[in-house]
Amino acid sequence: MINIPSTLKISLRALRVNKMRSALTMLGVIIGVGAVIAMLAVGTGASRQIEQQISSMGSNLLMVLPGATSAGGVRMGAGTQSTLTMEDAEAILKESSAVSDVAPVLSGVAQVVYGNQNWATGVTGTTPSMLNVREWPLSAGRPFTEQDVKSATKVCLLGQTVVDNLFGGIDPVGQIIRIKKIPFTVIGVLGSKGQSPTGQDQDDTIYVPVTTAQKKLFGTTRPRMLRIIMVKAKSTEDLPAAEKQVNELLRQRHRIGPRDDNDFTVKNLTQMMQAAEESAKVMRLLLGAIASVSLLVGGIGIMNIMLVSVTERTREIGIRMAIGAKTWDIRLQFIIEALTLSFIGGVIGIIAGISTSHILAIFAGWTTIVSPLSILLAFGFSGLVGIFFGFYPAYKASLLDPIDALRYE
Amino acid sequence: MRLIEAMEITKVYRLGDIDVNALNGVSSTIEKGEFVAIMGPSGSGKSTFMNILGCLDKPTSGEYLLEGINIGNFQRDELAEVRNKKIGFVFQGFNLLSRTSALENVELPMLYNGLSAKERRDMAMAALKSVGLEGREGHHPNQLSGGQQQRVAIARALVNNASIIFADEPTGNLDTKTSAEIMGLFAKLNAESNITIIFVTHEADIAAYSRRIIRFLDGRIVSDETK
Repeated sequence: MINIPSTLKISLRALRVNKMRSALTMLGVIIGVGAVIAMLAVGTGASRQIEQQISSMGSNLLMVLPGATSAGGVRMGAGTQSTLTMEDAEAILKESSAVSDVAPVLSGVAQVVYGNQNWATGVTGTTPSMLNVREWPLSAGRPFTEQDVKSATKVCLLGQTVVDNLFGGIDPVGQIIRIKKIPFTVIGVLGSKGQSPTGQDQDDTIYVPVTTAQKKLFGTTRPRMLRIIMVKAKSTEDLPAAEKQVNELLRQRHRIGPRDDNDFTVKNLTQMMQAAEESAKVMRLLLGAIASVSLLVGGIGIMNIMLVSVTERTREIGIRMAIGAKTWDIRLQFIIEALTLSFIGGVIGIIAGISTSHILAIFAGWTTIVSPLSILLAFGFSGLVGIFFGFYPAYKASLLDPIDALRYE
Repeated sequence: MRLIEAMEITKVYRLGDIDVNALNGVSSTIEKGEFVAIMGPSGSGKSTFMNILGCLDKPTSGEYLLEGINIGNFQRDELAEVRNKKIGFVFQGFNLLSRTSALENVELPMLYNGLSAKERRDMAMAALKSVGLEGREGHHPNQLSGGQQQRVAIARALVNNASIIFADEPTGNLDTKTSAEIMGLFAKLNAESNITIIFVTHEADIAAYSRRIIRFLDGRIVSDETK
């Protein structure tokens, strides 16, 4: 009959006797478990950050850009040609069944002045739909209306960065700012969104009615011209259909022959972000795998020490066998020793892993998320490592011949 | 009933390419309550014989009945159980666990037969008392003299109510005075508790404590005298 409490006591005593050695052996497991938890936290954090960026951009988005101009064979890149108009935007909303909303964009950079403060920022002319398309709530004030667009009123919504730079502590709603020296009334403040996936500060922006932008700020020879049309599909599943419909509609509207190239580009932002998310997942797996290797190395450390311990204690094993210890009594003793090492190492490793993730979050500014699953995983894995790498030394010990073991010097 | 009945026991060791015949057909019987000395020069097979009787080793051929049971077919764990329940060992080098108190050393055999912690403690205290070591239960082996250590070993051999104690040169590491004390303790256990004691020794004056002397030479019994 195997007496677990006493076997546990025997094992703990053996570990206590060799404190330094036990601690160093545990260190391997501590580093392994800690690394797994910290690396998974970094990976999960990166994924979460990308998810947040996707949702901050607005979901199910298509971006329609004007085509590239080409002069004498030199093509100038997307957006250099002015081919998109307000009518295109209205037609997309009206005729594409997979599209739920459309927001036109006519943007430019302008110097903004309030009192003695000034700031250069991107000014975007758009319609009230923009806030829906980008899923961007206001933190103060009110959005501008269709009426504002129709009558090209001089009102604006400010991004948080602009507010911070121009107003300091003052409530901006109701104040007058000057954009390109033209006075605009601030009617609302956009909620803070943080960085875009490409690293731009999304809050460094001003929204004005698209008509106002056309007439007062970035007027061109072609009055209803746009720089970008933002298209929101009804759902993620509708995205490909929406992309196709927008393509067909614009080819038709722009009278592009079947063999000619598009004079516009449709970009599927959500798809791009999903690809980024996929790669973040791969990175997380990779980090986890690399960290697992260190856990494996920790396990080999346990096995090494247990083998040394078995050799050192050959005589003890002989004595135990002579007085009646059976095969599994001996095996369990050493397995429990290995398990104790990996168990205590695992607990300390979890603490170390969580601390490391916090330190990374604080000092490196990374988003790290310690998921309970990763803790469970690392802990379970370290337990398995203990059993797996403890078994061989224990097995070896149990096969000793009692007479040889008793004679061992 | 015969306690030990050994019939035509042989033991062959393989050392490299050479077979070494440690025992060449040894037969002997020992009754319950006997006090037996086994003598003989080094390599005569006396230790091998005792290891087989003590169920630490198995004979190459021949039969060994312990309390009428043929243990020739017993597996490792069955032999371990026999050692745990019926046999106590005392070694020349004491073979106590270092960094472990006298009490815990005596408790050791009971770790392997499922007694509760309290039963273990009580029985170990009683065994230590019977060898005259009360008050020393907390001492570690390195805090005890050779004679005291051997007493702890004897207490450990006794604690499971073993019916036989096998002692392999139990006084080999002790001075004359302490040797006499240890042999006196064996004699007392034999007389008062009717425990069978079988010990190996080189020394005639130690063998003189026994009532029967079996002499070995070249793997055979050459003489078997009872006083």
